[in-house]
Amino acid sequence: MAEFREAPANATAGEKLLNWVDNRFPLTKLWNDQWGQYYAPKNFNFWYIFGSLAMLVLVIQIVTGIFLVMNYKPDAALAFASVEYIMRDVPGGWIIRYMHSTGASAFFIVVYLHMFRGLIYGSYRKPRELIWIFGCGIFLCLMAEAFMGYLLPWGQMSYWGAQVIVNLFSAVPFIGNDLSLLIRGDYVVGDATLNRFFSFHVIAVPLVLLGLVVAHLIALHEVGSNNPDGVEVKAKRGPDGHPLDAIPSHPYYTVHDIFGVSVFLLIFSAVMFFAPEGGGYFLEPNNFIEANPLKTPSHIAPVWYFTPYYSMLRATTDVMVNILCGAVAIGAILGVLRGGFGATGKVVLVVAAVVAGFLLKTFDPKFWGVVVMGGAVIILFFLPWLDRSPVKSIRYRPDWHKAVYAVFVVTFLILGYLGIQPPDPLKTGIAQVCTLLYFGFFLLMPWWSQMGTFKPVPDRVTYHAH
Amino acid sequence: MTDARSGALAGAPHDQQIDSSKRTWIIASSCAGVVGVGATAVPFVASFQPSERARAAGAAVEADIGGLKPGEKMTVEWRGKPVWIVRRTEQQLAALPKVDKELADPESKRTNFAITPEYARNDWRSIKKEYLVVVGICSHLGCSPTDKFVPGAQPSLPDDWAGGFLCPCHGSTFDMSGRVYKDKPAPDNLEVPPYMYLSDTRLLIGEDKKA
Repeated sequence: MAEFREAPANATAGEKLLNWVDNRFPLTKLWNDQWGQYYAPKNFNFWYIFGSLAMLVLVIQIVTGIFLVMNYKPDAALAFASVEYIMRDVPGGWIIRYMHSTGASAFFIVVYLHMFRGLIYGSYRKPRELIWIFGCGIFLCLMAEAFMGYLLPWGQMSYWGAQVIVNLFSAVPFIGNDLSLLIRGDYVVGDATLNRFFSFHVIAVPLVLLGLVVAHLIALHEVGSNNPDGVEVKAKRGPDGHPLDAIPSHPYYTVHDIFGVSVFLLIFSAVMFFAPEGGGYFLEPNNFIEANPLKTPSHIAPVWYFTPYYSMLRATTDVMVNILCGAVAIGAILGVLRGGFGATGKVVLVVAAVVAGFLLKTFDPKFWGVVVMGGAVIILFFLPWLDRSPVKSIRYRPDWHKAVYAVFVVTFLILGYLGIQPPDPLKTGIAQVCTLLYFGFFLLMPWWSQMGTFKPVPDRVTYHAH
Repeated sequence: MTDARSGALAGAPHDQQIDSSKRTWIIASSCAGVVGVGATAVPFVASFQPSERARAAGAAVEADIGGLKPGEKMTVEWRGKPVWIVRRTEQQLAALPKVDKELADPESKRTNFAITPEYARNDWRSIKKEYLVVVGICSHLGCSPTDKFVPGAQPSLPDDWAGGFLCPCHGSTFDMSGRVYKDKPAPDNLEVPPYMYLSDTRLLIGEDKKA
């Protein structure tokens, strides 16, 4: 408990007020701990802007969302018209809505880049595992927000997209049909579904999201930021007890962030004013037609940020299940021969592989498609324990690791592209290869991440003053 | 008792005797609390179920098939889903047994997606051979397939196409009885809803004689 402090005699009215507050609420302490005196490594580069930008977009989404709710009607009979009303009749309504819809895509662009930064610089490695896990939780919440928010305009894509995704749950063996009924609240996507998605979209998920963001930041500011060199700056402290290679975030990074925010807002505004539909990728053409439960649009594609996962879902056919069985068998054989398990471990491995193979062949490929799609996101949570490389940052890894990361990024982009396209046998084949590469990247990481000649990691960060 | 408490307050190590009766009551009241929270969750989870109104709207609907000519299809809405009634021609019926080998489940035995009623577990999948009654929702991900009744080669379909339905979303194909072809994304045949004939030209969809 802090002692009661008296303001100095010559303090200004503002200082006196702050002193009054600080005696009752740790305002100055919070500011200093979280930003003002938060020592961040001084060698941050371009990639470190996306965390701040994600916060900015979150604020944009919350503020615009609050104003949209004032005119939106969560009713299957009124929803579509109320969105058109916002666009045409509410003064300023069109720009608020375009901010929100562009913000959704911007959020995913920023977050994907933010996650990629963590991936290449090893920001998820000990002791930052929880920061990464909270971050993955935020990513899941964002996906839920985006999916449920997309139903609200009640257009054809809203409706059929929700129909397809909710039907994914009915692929779960035994309880699937009841589960999807429970999610929809009706036998088809309808008014009940719209209402509950609205409730989740505007209150339940944002609350969880905010909690996770706070946890993400508290954990970050407790442990301290990683940096492009992957060197722990706390290991080298100056006489004042502060890390030598770190600098208080304010004003140094405040200024950097303001510059980054300006550039971001420039691009964001350009999209919002000149291409708010994002060429049909941010707002799909079919969504300007009101939902019709009796007529499916001829081509259903999710919004761009979901397409990599959607591709993996579609890639899981009968053939793919057989390939997966083969992969499980090869994994089990290698595990027994080379895995270094004890006798019990080997037996467990073989039994697990046989059970996995049996289940793979027993349940529908449709169900495994859902598992693959979900697994592609869930596997991110385990990244801190999959990566066994002796260095954190890609800068000190063997050069061929960079090629592995490049292949991973290209794979993800190809999957994203294929998810927008109508399926044909060739594209499905490519998607299947990419799906295997995606999972191979993660599941084989414990092995490949240790291989090769690593470069010596310096004691101090590399930094060139400008 | 007093000693144990003051020791804990002073941060002393836990070398004191555990008060087992206190621990029992802590466990008992925790369990009671969990039960209470669980019971409270019941109405919230229950509220996710279809409401009484939605259930009522799921009631059976009548369809008049008097005006349907051979080769024509009509759609009625039941539980918000499209139900197709197709009056098949002689040729279409004759083609049905020929494609049996190319189908995933020609005898409608599977029960994962929907149980085909007893009276529709035949090649023509209906009570009256001529009239097919199915829910027009693909068993894959719930899109509504489109009519491809004309046989022969055409885009997205095999060259020996015998007539049926094509799902535009992921390319699943169904025959004129709504039975799915092998190696398609859709695992199951189209659902046959419970239905019965009220008269020769009036159908009741959503209820059969068992109900």
